[in-house]
Amino acid sequence: MPTAPCGRAGRSGGDDLPGNAPPAVVLDQITVCLGGQMVLRDVSLVITAGAITAVVGRSGVGKTTLIRTLNGLVRPCSGTAQVAGIGTLDGAEAWRAHRRRTATVFQDHALIGRLSAIDNVLLGLADQRHPLSLLPWPRALRQRAAMALDSVGLLARANAPVGKLSGGERQRVGLARALVRDPDLLLADEPFASVDPALVGQLSHDFRAAVRQCGLTVVIVLHQLDTALAIADRIVGLVDGRVAFNGTPCAFDSAARGRVFHNLRALSPLLKDMP
Amino acid sequence: MNFAADRADAVVSVLADGSRRAVHGYAGFVAAALAIAVAFAYADAFNLVRYRDALPTILVLLGDSLPPDFSRWQSWGRPLAETLAMSICGTVLAAAAAAPLGALAAQGSGFPVVSHAARLVLNTLRSIPDLVWGIMFVAAVGFGPLPGLLALACHSTGMLGKFYAEIIEHVDTAPGEALRSHGVSRLAVLRFSVLPQILPRVVDVTLYRWEHNVRAATVLGVIGAGGIGLQLITAFHLFAYREAMALILVLLGLVTLINVLGAWLRARFLA
Ligand SMILES: Nc1ncnc2c1ncn2[C@@H]1O[C@H](COP(=O)(O)OP(=O)(O)O)[C@@H](O)[C@H]1O
Ligand SMILES: [Mg+2]
Repeated sequence: MPTAPCGRAGRSGGDDLPGNAPPAVVLDQITVCLGGQMVLRDVSLVITAGAITAVVGRSGVGKTTLIRTLNGLVRPCSGTAQVAGIGTLDGAEAWRAHRRRTATVFQDHALIGRLSAIDNVLLGLADQRHPLSLLPWPRALRQRAAMALDSVGLLARANAPVGKLSGGERQRVGLARALVRDPDLLLADEPFASVDPALVGQLSHDFRAAVRQCGLTVVIVLHQLDTALAIADRIVGLVDGRVAFNGTPCAFDSAARGRVFHNLRALSPLLKDMP
Repeated sequence: MNFAADRADAVVSVLADGSRRAVHGYAGFVAAALAIAVAFAYADAFNLVRYRDALPTILVLLGDSLPPDFSRWQSWGRPLAETLAMSICGTVLAAAAAAPLGALAAQGSGFPVVSHAARLVLNTLRSIPDLVWGIMFVAAVGFGPLPGLLALACHSTGMLGKFYAEIIEHVDTAPGEALRSHGVSRLAVLRFSVLPQILPRVVDVTLYRWEHNVRAATVLGVIGAGGIGLQLITAFHLFAYREAMALILVLLGLVTLINVLGAWLRARFLA
């Protein structure tokens, strides 16, 4: 991400957030049931505007479900969500407004393999077109898509079918599809999962720089704890659908890590590279 | 150690599960083989006496129909065009009707009641043979290619609708969810996620159906739906086997031509 993908000036210079930054989203006692199973229990969270909130935890604890709750793909069975400037997300109108300002990067890319990279990025702008229009995508939108691809360093592959791209390239197309929306809230579900581990450090650094420059509010699910510690302003640790830790990276000490990644004795030889 | 013993038990139970599944597999295979053998026996296929005269008779028929007689070729242009027109119009009408019906019939389209109703309509259209549809439409609108194309449209709607529904059921829902998370309408999800994913397969089965309909349109000629089939059946009735052979060759040429065209269109859409 060499250039800032957003069209606005954004937060300038300073890398530190003001201590009393306003909340962008407030979750209050959210409980989500899927298939008769309680996946999230009483999750209360304040997501700070302009901050990067990293969600960590073992697989199956409900990280993806938390992202899907924030973008409305999953409706909680109880609890409320409030969004700055919109209010409580209860009616269709509030959700429409929230979704217009939100973009999601999906864990499994969620791209269409036979379409080109730029056509996939254009899908991020599908809400700006009439679904039955037979006209080609307007030039202005195609230009935005091309710029978004450029911002993730993939302009040269714009016309290649996504099915022929590598995992890391696909992930970047997914990121471009989110950024092209020029969102206020960016949700990302393990966006570096299919990136070459050697590149994750650089990519996550670029990611942080880019979202900072745009002043984006980010909720990002990460399974590499070191990446989370490196880029996040706040860490949220989930255990069995509950918030087990919520604080700054500095406060995420070994005791807190033990609480979030508890019960991993059998796997510990595989996880020794975790800090 | 109790823990280790527990694990060993669990492994044994997994393996036992595997062998049980293998036994079920073999039993199913034997049952299927038996059913197939019974079907052959029931159709009299094992009655070897009946094959005694088969080869000589076929050879005599072949001899009577050679060399092919193309002398009346000038009168075949119109029937040939009629058959082609029937197949094109029947396929297009069927595809147009099958698209909404198939989308409604697909599981997960949203409304189980509607989906069952659409499925019932498709099954009914499909289970009535196109010959029966043809007889009905000849009675309803008179002779010529029109009843033929209506018959093809009805039967093909049932077939294509079923195929379309199956194709839609196999669509990857993830890109559509991504769109929905952006607040895009259901219709737009169909347009921007489902359509691009299903397009190659839809083109494929529709072209295949067109190829099938060229042959089916010929058969429909027999019951008065015009086209080259009428010429063919007339030749047979007049024992003009050499002319019938020429017509069969012409038909073969037409079907081959359409297969080539279909292959070209597929290559374009699948690229
Ligand atoms: N649609 C669903 N139906 C039933 N159970 C689900 C569904 N989606 C997720 N789950 C369950 O919810 C739990 C959390 O899933 P998920 O949020 O994907 O976890 P994570 O992303 O942390 O690995 C898992 O136990 C999973 O099996
Ligand atoms: Mg997940």
